[in-house]
Amino acid sequence: MRTDAVSLRDFQEAFAAALFGNDARAIADLSEQPGFAVYRNTVMKGCIDALQANYPAATRLVGEQWFRAAAARYVVNNPPRHPSLLDYGDSFAAFLSDFEPARELPYLADVAAVERAWTEAHVAADAPPLAPASLAALKAAQLNTARLRLHPTTRWRWSEKHPIHSLWSANRHSTNATETPLWRGEGVLLTRPHHALLAAALVRGGCVFLDACAARETIEAAGVAALRADPTLDLAGVIAQLLNAGAFTAIDFTADRQESNP
Amino acid sequence: MKPAHFGDARTCAERGLWFEVHPENYMVDGGPRLHWLEAIRAEHPLSLHGVGLSLAGDAPPNAAHLAQLHRLAQRFEPFSVSEHLAWSTWGERYYPDLLPVPRTREALQRIAENIDTTQVFLKRRILIENPSHYLRIASHDYDEIDFLTQLCRRTGCGVLLDVNNIYVSANNLGFDAAGYIDAFPGEQIGEIHLAGHTRDPNLGDALLIDSHDAPICAAVWQLYRRLIQRIGARPTLIERDDQLPDFAELLGERQRAQCELNHAN
Repeated sequence: MRTDAVSLRDFQEAFAAALFGNDARAIADLSEQPGFAVYRNTVMKGCIDALQANYPAATRLVGEQWFRAAAARYVVNNPPRHPSLLDYGDSFAAFLSDFEPARELPYLADVAAVERAWTEAHVAADAPPLAPASLAALKAAQLNTARLRLHPTTRWRWSEKHPIHSLWSANRHSTNATETPLWRGEGVLLTRPHHALLAAALVRGGCVFLDACAARETIEAAGVAALRADPTLDLAGVIAQLLNAGAFTAIDFTADRQESNP
Repeated sequence: MKPAHFGDARTCAERGLWFEVHPENYMVDGGPRLHWLEAIRAEHPLSLHGVGLSLAGDAPPNAAHLAQLHRLAQRFEPFSVSEHLAWSTWGERYYPDLLPVPRTREALQRIAENIDTTQVFLKRRILIENPSHYLRIASHDYDEIDFLTQLCRRTGCGVLLDVNNIYVSANNLGFDAAGYIDAFPGEQIGEIHLAGHTRDPNLGDALLIDSHDAPICAAVWQLYRRLIQRIGARPTLIERDDQLPDFAELLGERQRAQCELNHAN
């Protein structure tokens, strides 16, 4: 088929397919011109650049060349779905965990998951954080009915095997920290109570507590779940850490579990 | 303007300075990007220059995208909103580029409808930019100037004339850039873009790429002077998207453009 006398729809269908090398014969009079490669290269570069911008620590861990080669494989099956590339790559961590060449870097997917959480926290809605004193003002009897509502920016990840907070924070910025982290499971907490995004290590019990809050459990039930996960947990200390980091935006007193999950 | 220059951009006190951003980079629910843009908008005029509305696609503009653009326009009150004579979304996919379209009667009708839809939704006039060309497309019914003129007549939109795109396209397709500049109806032009380009790594000068990663070349400065001496001053943007230099270097190019504008008036 030549592209003259072709409808706009058929032209775009064929052009889009040819951008990723599929069936370029449909628009051979265009795809065989040297200039067609400019579009192919620009589209691919735009996708890979966006991934690299969203995964700077993963890029630093594996080197730019390795990262861009892996990203190119990701792009083919997971192209951007909308024109805002700020949050492109939501499934990149899952892709890396199944990516054969990444098998020798088992922590890579976990670090990428932290970066995805960072992106989500970075673009989430603004909201005022809950004042830490609000929880102290609760009566003990209210703990089994009240629920902590998560701040829209709050994200957390737990890795059973890898020190993801240490790996992520050492590689996120171009620092030359060469300290080898203590190799053990680690959690990370990301919050953005005001303008700046805050990151901190979080123990497993803290992650379980947040999981329970996200599932709209009461404060008491969340505490029980956290202590069940780690009987040695300093529960009061962890809750203070979460409150001070701005992980919550309100206390909900209604008994309705379906209510107002942001 | 890129996030790397947020701090310099906000505090720069040059007279007449304004900034342009891609609205797609601010289509977020909240966070520091919007706060930064707000801080810059408090000091300088702003223009929103879209890359994702896909006006030349054979589909109406995406309703959610249009709604987000509208929200940004309401919040930041830009002096100009612009888009491209190109498409970038098809089906469920976004292609981060400005893809070409055969300038047929069918395309004219569709693009005019899409511009009209956008202007009605935003309740304002938009400007449409001439893209860079890399392909010879046999099925054009109109040349680009006629096509853009028709769009302006039918929809009341204006044109954002990118001088570097004309230079790159003239080189790649073998037409006379100065002739194009001289023939373009000045009253349609609401804004001008200037940028740098690079040579294709394999084909060299035979294929220039509108890469926005280099200083503006001498020939593009000459075309710019030729244009504004004929049509008068227009808001002019120095575009740089890759290989970002210091803010001061961009400001140098901006001062040169300002000098040209002062002489044109």
